[in-house]
Order: sequence, then structure tokens, then C-alpha cells
Amino acid sequence: MNATTGLTKMTSHELARIVFHHKELFILDVRNETEFSDWKIEGKGIEIINIPYFDLIDGVDSALDKIPENKPLLVVCAKEGSSVFVAEQIVEAGRTNVSYLEGGMKAWSEHLEPVKVGDLKDGGSLYQFVRIGKGCLSYMVLSNGEAAVVDTLRMTDVFEQFAREKNVKIAHTIDTHLHADHISGGRQLAAKEGATYWLPPKDATEVTFSYESLEDGKEIEVGKSKINIQPVYSPGHTIGSTSLIVDDQYLLTGDILFITSIGRPDLAGKAEDWVGDLRTTLYTRFKELSNDLIVLPAHFGKVTELGEGGKVAARLGDLYQDNPGLNITDEAEFRRTVTENLPPQPNAYQEIRQTNMGKINPSEEEQREMEIGPNRCAVHDQ
Amino acid sequence: MTSPSSIKADKTLDCKGLACPMPIVKTKKAIEEMQSGQVIEVQATDKGSLADMQGWAKNTGHQYLGTVEEGDVLKHYLRKASPSEAKEENKFPHTISNDELQAKINANEKITILDVREPAEYAFQRVPGAKSIPLGELEERINELNTDEEIHVICRTGTRSDMACQLLAEKGFTKVKNVLPGMSGWTGATENNQ
Repeated sequence: MNATTGLTKMTSHELARIVFHHKELFILDVRNETEFSDWKIEGKGIEIINIPYFDLIDGVDSALDKIPENKPLLVVCAKEGSSVFVAEQIVEAGRTNVSYLEGGMKAWSEHLEPVKVGDLKDGGSLYQFVRIGKGCLSYMVLSNGEAAVVDTLRMTDVFEQFAREKNVKIAHTIDTHLHADHISGGRQLAAKEGATYWLPPKDATEVTFSYESLEDGKEIEVGKSKINIQPVYSPGHTIGSTSLIVDDQYLLTGDILFITSIGRPDLAGKAEDWVGDLRTTLYTRFKELSNDLIVLPAHFGKVTELGEGGKVAARLGDLYQDNPGLNITDEAEFRRTVTENLPPQPNAYQEIRQTNMGKINPSEEEQREMEIGPNRCAVHDQ
Repeated sequence: MTSPSSIKADKTLDCKGLACPMPIVKTKKAIEEMQSGQVIEVQATDKGSLADMQGWAKNTGHQYLGTVEEGDVLKHYLRKASPSEAKEENKFPHTISNDELQAKINANEKITILDVREPAEYAFQRVPGAKSIPLGELEERINELNTDEEIHVICRTGTRSDMACQLLAEKGFTKVKNVLPGMSGWTGATENNQ
């Protein structure tokens, strides 16, 4: 609390907790209208309005009419400066319980919140890292002093710090596929920690670095107690897409199967070719697996998919009941659904793929720019 | 063809190194001290200033002309609008619609198009082949034009071109036409300096 202004700072971590626990918050987003319409903070208890800061330079009276007095108020902008500029005026106008978002939407976009998914049979555990601002999910399997990180996001320091806190050594980083919506941190994290980097070979034909082939039949061990990570080839989103069965309990599906949608096959420019693979994976291969597996995807599309404590997970058998993408009996209709009227492609997805292949090496600032906006990897994301 | 860096502005504002909201706050202040129709060049290094400039211009009615990127510096060009700009009556009787002008271009007629907007407006978007003489310079540069030529005068909304047509008619030009509405409604091909 700043005593002179009465304005408080809210961190992305605090905001994530508010979203996870459905607490009430009123947000005034002062970015320009284009940025706001592209993506914004969402949550069950969140009410949000957009008034660009440049409409409030001469005063905030027009905004005050729209802000309820009985709810905590958070002002957000792209980086921070404009939100402080507006929030200070609101406090001067006599409002209380006003805060601004530290680091703005840039920090929100990069924030990862760890959520425990569950325990493994021999005493290990599995954590989900929710990149709530962008809808991305990473995983860490911990067992007996070792860890494996799956679909590592770009902010590798979060995983390093978490591993230190849990006193484990990161031994493996695994990408279920070549990502098109965010820059993978798998290779960097592996290099920093002396870990093995795994990638499906069919997605790696153009990569410029060495990697370990993630293929059916291989087993990845975490800790001496042999937590089993079993690859399951599941093409369709990309030709190499490979899911992972962890400890015979969890199915990490990458971008093939989500909670309320399924993967889109068009981000590598081969929608028509891969439709058949996508159908076989979802309607045949996964059907042969146990219905009791808990599906853990690499993305979520809407905040309503966040369950208890922020966790994104569902039983495979339940998804065969409820997920619309798994309930299209007609093949022609399936083909239409996954190739026509798709949502816009993610921002800079081609450059992101090139970066993940090691072909281009953008600066951190450029990487941040490339990842702006929602992930849009699912067929039903709007 | 001139290079983008030589776009003429009446005022230059240095916002380099400043983070949002300062580039817009300073631009707003600077533009308040300017006259309607004048062009400001705002130099900024904050990448976010691009979308914000466009949004701010749209909400205030000032005309966002375009942005030139030079290394890390973004040079934004804006033209201050006058409140009455769009309301003035077009008095010059001889007019031609955008569509009619487009038809002449499509038919490959050899025609003269005179663009009387500011150089910065002309630099970012113009009808291909249009000649640039800003309204303020028309009188002194009138000998660049031929009195017997059929001249199609264009600006953004038809206001400045109307005044230009009247001036040309006064000076003995007989085949002058005002293009309406002008660049603001132009859907045909355009070219620029970049």
C-alpha cells in the first residue's frame, strides 16, 4: 500500500488466485480497443470494461460512472504505466480499494501458476503449470529427486525455481509436438539443467539441433522408482503429435484433445492431409485406452474449463460423453468441422514454428511480441 | 520519388525512450498548440505507441496519416483536424465522383490528377500518378500546370480541393473538376513512398 496515494499493487500471482477461486473483481482495462478485443482477463467472478487511457487524459469522470463502488477495482494496461496514471486519478477522486496490475498484461501473459494435479503411485507427484493469460499448460512429473517437464513454456526460470524448491533435478524435457502458438522452453531448459530434450521425430524433420526421439515403445524414467512415461503416437494436430501416459493414470494429450474441444489440423498448412490422422487418433486409438485415464491437455480455451483450484483435467470416459469434438459420427461432417470456419490462426504462428525448429533466434522482446494474444489451437476457440 | 524520411511536418515531437502513457499525453498537448491542418511528426520508441496513436486519433477526430519505422524509432504522422472541416460547403460547380474518375483511369485515359493535400498525406497514400501541390503552395506553383489541361483536383474529403478548384478557375483554368468525396472514399489502387 502506498500511503500517499492509497493505491495498491496487485501481482499476477494474486490475480491468478482471484480467478481460480472465483472471487469478485471489477477490472478497468485501459488499453486501446484493438488490444482489448483481441484478448483480456477472464474469470467467473470478473466483470471487465474497456476505456482507453487516452480517453482519460483530461480526467476520469466518464469512467467513474461505470465503476461500481462496492467492488474491488483493478486497473490494467499493456505494461503498467498507463494503469498507474489512470488508477491514481481514480484514487484522487475518492475511490478506495483500487489497485493496478504489476507489469500489466505483459506480466499476466507470462505468468505461470503451479497447481497440483495429484500423487503418483509410489509417492511422486504431478503438477500442472497454468499460463492463465494465454491458456497454455505445462506439466512437471516429480519422483524420487528427479523431474520431467512436459510442453515447457518459454519462462524456463519458473520451472527451475520450482524444481529447486522441491529439491529435484530436471532430467527430461518433453515436447508432445512442434508448437505453433508459443515458443517452447524445452530445449533451453534441457541445456541449462543438463537434461534430455525429447521431441517426436516426425515433427523434427527440419530442426537444427539434436534431440531424443519421442516414439512408441520408448520408456522415460523419472527417479529410480521408475515412473513410467509412455509415448502414444497420436497425429492430427501435427504429423508427429505424441501423447504421454504417465504412471498409468494420466494422459497428457498435448494439442490433440482438449477438455471442450479438439486440436486443429491446419497450423502447419496441411489440414486436408491430417484430418484422417486426427480422426483415427481421437475415434480409434484413444478409444482403446482406459476410460479412467485423466486427460491433461496442453491448452484450455475458456476460463470455464478451469476446475477446482484452477486445475484443467477430465476423465477420458467423460470426454467421450461431453466433448463435442469426440461426438461427430459422420466423417464428412468431422472433416468440415476441423477444416472449415476455423478460428483465426495464432499470432505469428509461422515465426513461432521456425523458432521452435531453431531456424530463427529472435530476441526475448521479439519472442514476447510473437506470443501476444490467445492461443487458438483448438477447433472451437473463438 | 522522395524517401519516407523526408516527409514534411510542421512540428516534430521527441517521445523517444518514453513509456506509455507519455507519448500520447505529450502528443495531445503539442497538437493543442497547433493550427488545424498542420502535420505533426511524433518520434517514439515504445512499440505500443503505434496502436495507441491510431486509436487516439480515431477517438479524437485527428487524422492519423501513417507511421515510418527507422531502426528502433517509430515516426508517427498526424494531421490536426478542424472542427468545421467536414461541414464546409462545396461550392465549386464542376465535380466528378470517385467512381467516374476510377472509370477514366480504367479506360487508360491520359488525365491529370492534382493532389492538394499535405506532403505527408500524399506520401502515405495517393492515387497512382497523382501530382502533389499542397493547397498552401498552389498559388506560387501555379505555373507548373497548364491552363488548357483537364485537371482532376483531389484531397481527403473534397474541401481543400474545392478551394483549389476555385483558385484555379480564378487564374483562368477552364477544365477543372473537384473529385468527390476524395481520398477518404477511395477504394481503387493507391501508391506511396515506401
